[in-house]
Amino acid sequence: MSKLALVIDKPFEEQSKTAPHDSILPLVLDGVCFDINGHRLLDRISLTLCHGVRTVLLGPNGAGKSLLLRLCHGLLQPTTGRIQWSDNDSRRLHKKQAMVFQRPVLLRRSVAANVAYALAVKGVSNDRRRPMVARALEEVGLAQLARRPARVLSSGEQQRLALARAWALEPEVLFLDEPTANLDPGATRLIEETINAFHRQGTKIVLVTHDLGQARRHADEIVFLHRGRLVERSMAAAFFKRPRSDEAKAFLAGELLD
Amino acid sequence: MGALPGNREEQPLRIRHPAFRMDVMFTQSFGTAFELIATLDAQLFAIVGLSLQVSVIAVAVAAVIGLPLGAFVAVFDFRGRSAAIALLNTLMGLPPVVVGLIVYLMLSRAGPLGPFGLLFTPTAMVIAQSILVLPIIAALTRQTVADLYGEYTEQLQSLGVGPVRAIPTLLWDGRYSLLTAILAGFGRAIAEVGAVLIVGGNINHVTRVMTTTIALETSKGNLAIALGLGIILLALALAVNAGALFVQGVAQRVEGG
Repeated sequence: MSKLALVIDKPFEEQSKTAPHDSILPLVLDGVCFDINGHRLLDRISLTLCHGVRTVLLGPNGAGKSLLLRLCHGLLQPTTGRIQWSDNDSRRLHKKQAMVFQRPVLLRRSVAANVAYALAVKGVSNDRRRPMVARALEEVGLAQLARRPARVLSSGEQQRLALARAWALEPEVLFLDEPTANLDPGATRLIEETINAFHRQGTKIVLVTHDLGQARRHADEIVFLHRGRLVERSMAAAFFKRPRSDEAKAFLAGELLD
Repeated sequence: MGALPGNREEQPLRIRHPAFRMDVMFTQSFGTAFELIATLDAQLFAIVGLSLQVSVIAVAVAAVIGLPLGAFVAVFDFRGRSAAIALLNTLMGLPPVVVGLIVYLMLSRAGPLGPFGLLFTPTAMVIAQSILVLPIIAALTRQTVADLYGEYTEQLQSLGVGPVRAIPTLLWDGRYSLLTAILAGFGRAIAEVGAVLIVGGNINHVTRVMTTTIALETSKGNLAIALGLGIILLALALAVNAGALFVQGVAQRVEGG
């Protein structure tokens, strides 16, 4: 454990100066473990996620990146350890987070109705929804398809709709679980542009990917996971220039980690 | 063949007639059946109408209860849930005569609901058919909603949708599949004879429906009328199912499944 502790530095808390006063960040994970059937899938993860920094969770398949994301978002509960936002009101916490999954889950309704549904759940009144839906669809370039049933869209368009739904919610934190894993480069570019737009709006980005190119394009800081352990956490520039752990070196060199 | 014979004594039991011949009877039956349909006999109309009325209302009642009930069992994890699912699935095969008997006992003058005087009325038939159909709709709804919930659960959780709020969402999103569940219920109701015979009594002009008429006319040897009604019954079931298939097919094309 001591060797691991050495490569995890903590200059990141300082960067949260621009956070809004009612921010739910930082998110603190303390010794988080997650077991399934006695198998330890995440092992003693301690980590602080701060405002304004785009965090990329990087690592080979099966490293536990998606699991960690789900734990942060509250979809799963840790077996042991603590996950603590700076706000304790669970309803407010829900309203300030959004997540985009690898495979978008869309309701069997129109494109616009999918966005409107999320707003209705959040408690936005009927007459205020319409302009918000329109703006969100405009943002991802789906305004023309508003009345189309969501399920007939191409997979790239479906993912953009998932992003539009998140956009309408105006989250403070956006979790993205390999949002472009199944998409071609053109569709990927559109998704990444929207992710950048979220960042410009001041939304905290937490992105899971195993795509190095995507990590380079979007990371301010890298959290590198391997076999359920947090191996290295660095600023992105430093990580790509000179990774400190052997696992990260091997991963960056394109070697197959197991 | 102007009207359905209402009086048992007038009709000889042809089936016991010494000169009874199978081939002649079938030819005659089909002829009469189509004649009945073609001339749109008034009494036949009344019988088909009552059949539809009773079954449609029964299915509506069963759907209003069964859809949320099935969704509830699918979404909530409560103690005894597996038992509830097993029970629902078993009740899908409830014997109609048993349901008829139980409803009969409830509604008969000495029974707990006796004072309402519902026995041998169309209402009694609706009650019996609702009970028969409810488990079918609830069990099929549970299956549909459980599958859908499996797909939606993380997304709904992420949006902050609790199980209570999820129920109407899932019922609406499963609407085309749930149509099949409702149709299965309708098929059961319209074709069922045991329960409506016991609680309705097959009273002419009051509680006589297609299936009870078929049973009666067959026993009287009026095979032509019985067969005519049988053909209408089949045609109705076919039309309803074809309509549902069409709706689902269109929905799948338009909505992308």
